[in-house]
Amino acid sequence: MTTIAVSTTINGDDVEYLCHADESLLDVLRNRLGLMGSKEGCGTGDCGACSTMLDGRIVCSCLVLGAEAEGREIETIEGMAHGHDLHPLQTKFLEHAALQCGICTPGFLMAAKALLDVNPDPTEEEIRFWLAGNLCRCTGYDKIVRAVQDAAAEMRGDAA
Amino acid sequence: MSFDASYNEKELNAVGTRPVRPDGVDKVTGRARYGADYNMPGQLVARVLRSPHAHARILRIDTSQAEALKGVKAVVTAADLPDLTDGDASLFAILDNCMARTKALYDGHAVAAVAAIDVHVARKALKLIEVDYEVLPHVVDVDLAMAPDAPVLDETIITKGVTPAPDAPSNVFAHSEFGHGDVAAGFAKADEIVERTFKTEQTHQGYIEPHACVASCNSDGSAEMWVCTQGPFVYRQVCADLLGLEVSKLKVTSSEIGGGFGGKTHVWAEPVALALSRKAGRPVKLVMSRNEVFRASGPTSATSIDVKIGATKDGTITAAEATLRYTSGPYPDTWAETGAMTAFACYDLENVKTVGIEVLVNRPKVAAYRAPSAPMAAFAVESAIDSLAHKIGIDAVDFRIKNAAREGTRSSYGPVYGPIGIGPTLEAAKAHAHMSAPLGKNQGRGMACGFWFNFGGQTCTDLNISADGTVTLSVGTVDVGGSRASLSMIAAEELGIAYEDVKAGVADTASLGYNDMTDGSRGTFSSSMATISAARNAIAVMKQRAALMWDIPVEDIEWKDGQAHAVGASHDNLAPLSVKDIAAKAGNTGGPIAGHSELVADGAGVSFGTHICDVEVDPETGATRVIRYTVIQDAGKAVHPAYVEGQYQGGAAQGIGWALNEEYIYGEDGRLQNAGFLDYRIPVCSDLPMIDTQILEIPNPNHPYGVRGVGETSIVPPLAAVANAVSDAVGVRMTHVPISPPRILAALKAQR
Amino acid sequence: MVQVTLWAGLRPLAEDQEHVTIEAATIRELLSKLQLRYPALEQPFRNDVAVAINGTIYRDDWSQGIPEDAEVFLMRRIPGG
Ligand code: FES
Ligand code: FES
Repeated sequence: MTTIAVSTTINGDDVEYLCHADESLLDVLRNRLGLMGSKEGCGTGDCGACSTMLDGRIVCSCLVLGAEAEGREIETIEGMAHGHDLHPLQTKFLEHAALQCGICTPGFLMAAKALLDVNPDPTEEEIRFWLAGNLCRCTGYDKIVRAVQDAAAEMRGDAA
Repeated sequence: MSFDASYNEKELNAVGTRPVRPDGVDKVTGRARYGADYNMPGQLVARVLRSPHAHARILRIDTSQAEALKGVKAVVTAADLPDLTDGDASLFAILDNCMARTKALYDGHAVAAVAAIDVHVARKALKLIEVDYEVLPHVVDVDLAMAPDAPVLDETIITKGVTPAPDAPSNVFAHSEFGHGDVAAGFAKADEIVERTFKTEQTHQGYIEPHACVASCNSDGSAEMWVCTQGPFVYRQVCADLLGLEVSKLKVTSSEIGGGFGGKTHVWAEPVALALSRKAGRPVKLVMSRNEVFRASGPTSATSIDVKIGATKDGTITAAEATLRYTSGPYPDTWAETGAMTAFACYDLENVKTVGIEVLVNRPKVAAYRAPSAPMAAFAVESAIDSLAHKIGIDAVDFRIKNAAREGTRSSYGPVYGPIGIGPTLEAAKAHAHMSAPLGKNQGRGMACGFWFNFGGQTCTDLNISADGTVTLSVGTVDVGGSRASLSMIAAEELGIAYEDVKAGVADTASLGYNDMTDGSRGTFSSSMATISAARNAIAVMKQRAALMWDIPVEDIEWKDGQAHAVGASHDNLAPLSVKDIAAKAGNTGGPIAGHSELVADGAGVSFGTHICDVEVDPETGATRVIRYTVIQDAGKAVHPAYVEGQYQGGAAQGIGWALNEEYIYGEDGRLQNAGFLDYRIPVCSDLPMIDTQILEIPNPNHPYGVRGVGETSIVPPLAAVANAVSDAVGVRMTHVPISPPRILAALKAQR
Repeated sequence: MVQVTLWAGLRPLAEDQEHVTIEAATIRELLSKLQLRYPALEQPFRNDVAVAINGTIYRDDWSQGIPEDAEVFLMRRIPGG
C-alpha cells in the first residue's frame, strides 16, 4: 500500500510523517509518532478516549485520517503540561481524585480544556453536556465535574 | 512468623487523609502505560477470526492460503492449543472459550488467529481462512433455554443437584439450594404475600480499555507477557497450564489497567497470543477491538427470578423464597448459586429458601462483574420487599429496619452472622436529608439494600528501605483505583514517616511471590494487611540495627513515631535514631534493610450498603433521569476517603446504567446487535447527577486498622433502588431491567 | 467436638449428611478428617471450599483455630469482581 507524506504541527512542533490513506490520526499518533497518551477505547467515535485538538476544535482522533492533518495544528495530552508545570486541570484532577484507572483521563483533560477555552465559567450542566462524549466507567463523573469546576475557578482567579 | 491481624484502636495520622496518588502525574500527562501502550522489538500484530454463528459445528478449517500470504508469520487454530487440562472441566472451558474446538458456541467465538507483520496483512489473512460450518439451532434466552424443546448445547450435561437425576441432557447444568426453616408454614402465617417474576438483561463490565497483551515465547522455553489484567499471577498460572509452560519461566507484567470490574480476572486472548508467538518465534501484540470486547469477553448473566415474600400486618417477614435462573454462557458455572446465596442475605428470616439454576445459552462465557450475581438477586428481592411494604402500608425503610439481619441472625446462605453493618446503613438512610426532601411532578423515590461477600486471599509484599531512608513498596495486587496511594499511606503510618517518602509500585510475577487477583474487594484490604506486616518486620530489623549502632541490647530499644528510642536510665543521653539515620548506616550494620510479608488475608467480613434514588420519568417518552442519588456503605476504615467515595460513586453509576439502559440485544439469528458503545449505552456525564456518599466506619475486627473491602457492594443496590424509584414515579411495578423507555411506555399502556 | 454443616452441593459426596460431628481444632484438621471419612470430598476440597466459623468466612487460612462449640459451615468459594 502506498503512503502519503504529511506535514503538520503537533504541540507546537513541526512534524512530518508517512501514513496509509486509511490510517486514523489516532493510529499515526500512537503507532508512528509514539504519542501514546491518546487512548483507543472504541475506534468508532463513541468513547472520547482519543480526544485531541485539531485547529482549536476537539475531535475524536480515531475518526480523523492521518492524511487530514496536513497543514493543520494538533494538540495532544503530551502538550498539556509545560515541562514540569501541570495545567490547572491536571492538578485539579489529581487533587480531586477524578481518576481511578485513568484510561479516560487524557481524553477528559483535552475535552475539558477545550471547554474552558471557550467558556471559562461553565455551569455544572454545561460541563456535563460538554463532556458527554467522553466515557468514564470508573468514577460516576462526580469527581471529574468537581475537578473541572475547581480548575475553572482557579483559572479565572476566583478564590476557592 | 505469624501476624496478628486483629483490630487495634489507635490514633492514625496518614490513614484517613487524601494525598495525591503516586501514579497520578503519569496518568494526567499521558505517560502511564496501559495494555496497548507497549511494544517489543520485532513484534507482530495478531488478529482473531470469530464465528458469525451463534451455534455451529466446525467441519473444516483451511488456513493454507492465509499461511501462504506474504507477511503472515503464524496462523493458529484449536489444533495449536492441545488439550492439556487433564479432566479439569473449568480449565477446559477456558481453553475452549479461547479457541473453539469442535463447535462455535456463540457469535464472536474465536475459531482461528493470525500473526502478521502489520495489521493490513493480518486482516487480509483472516479473509483467506476458510471455515466450513454446519449451523445448528441456537438459544440465547434464559427461559427458552430451559424449555423442553430447546436446542441442547452440550449433550453430556445432565442436571446436577436434583433427585432423581434426569435421564436426558438439557441446558440446565445444576440446581443448588440454600435456606432454613419451613417456608410453607411461614407463608401460612403471612397476612400479605407478594409473588412476582423479574428479569434482568445481560450487561458488560464496560471497562474503557479493551483487552490487550504483548506475548513473547522464546526458543529456550521461557516466555514473557505484558498484559492488562487484574491478576498477573493468575494469568501466569492459567496460561502456563494451557500452553504447557513451566510457571516460573513465564513472566507476566501487568500494565496499568484501564478498568476491569471483574472482566480482567479471566483470560480471553492471552493464551492465543502466546500460541501465536510460540509458532511464529516472534513477539506478538494482540489488542481486541471494542466489538470483540462486547462479543467475546465476558458479560454478566441474564436472569429470570421468581420471588415470593410473606409478612404479617405488623411488618414481620414470615417466609421468603426465590428461584433464580442465571445464564452462564455456553459452559457450566455457578453464577446462579452465588445469586441464590446473596438474595436474602440482608434479612433476618425464620423461613427462607432459595434455589439457583445454572442455564447454558449461546452467549459469551459469563465473567465476574463487581459483586458478581448479587445485583440481579437484589433487584428481584428488594423490588418485592418494596411491594410488600406498600401492601401492608408500612414505610419501606422501617420495614427493612424491622427485618434487617443483625449479629446472631442465621444468614440465608447458612452461617450465623457476627457483628454486621446493615442496620447502621439503614438507620443512616432513615436519618438522611435525602429521604425527606420534597419530590416534584413525575418524580419518584426508591431505596434498596445490598449485600456482598468480600474476601482476602494470598498476598505477598516487599518493603525496601533505601539508603536515604525513603521506602519502596512492591505489591502484587494490581491497582485498579488508587490502591498504591492507600498502601503508601499505610506504610507511612506504620513506619511513622511521611507519605511522600514512600513509593508503592505493582511488581511483576518474577519479582514477588504469588498474589491472588485484585477481586472480591480485596486489593486494599489484603495488601494493606501484608504491608503492615512487612513494615513491622522492617521495624524489627531497624531495631537490631539501632542496637548495633548504639552498642546496646535490642531489648532496650523501642520504636515510636518513626524512630528508635533507647529506653532505660542508662541510655537517656542517646538521641533517637530516625529511619533515615538507620538507613544511612545500613551498609555497615548488616546490609540492606527490608521487610517482607507472605500471608493469607482472611476474615474480610461481609459488606452491606443502602442506596436512595430519586428519578423523574417523562410519561410521554418513557425516558428516566436520575435526579438525586445517595450511597451509604460501611468501609470499616476509609484509608483514602476520596478513593472510597470513588468506589461508591462508580459502582452506583454502573448499577444505574444496568437499571436504565444497558443490555445485550440479540437478533433472531443469535447475533449480537449492539456490540459498540453507541448502541450499548453506558451512562455519560450528562445522564447523572452528583452522587452523594456517606461512609460509615464500623471497624472490621479482622484487620489491624479495621479496613473492609469497599469495591463491589456499591453495584448491588442500584438496580432495585432505581426500579423502586421509577415504580414510585409511574405507579406501576417495573419488573424487567433495563427499565428502558419502551418498557416504561409498555407498562404505562398496560395499566391504562 | 464441632458440628459442621455441609452446603447442599457437598452432601451427595458425604453420604447425604447435612451435619457432621468431628473432633478438630483447626480448619486443616477439620478438612483432612472429613476427607478421610468421605473420600469423595477430595475434589471440592481442592479449591472450591470456604469455611465459616461463627459467621466469619475463611477461604485460605487453614491454620485458623476452631473454638469449642463454634458454628462451622462449609461453603462454596465465591468468585469476585
Ligand atoms: S477511541 Fe476514539 S472515540 Fe473511542
Ligand atoms: S477513570 Fe477509569 S474510565 Fe475513567
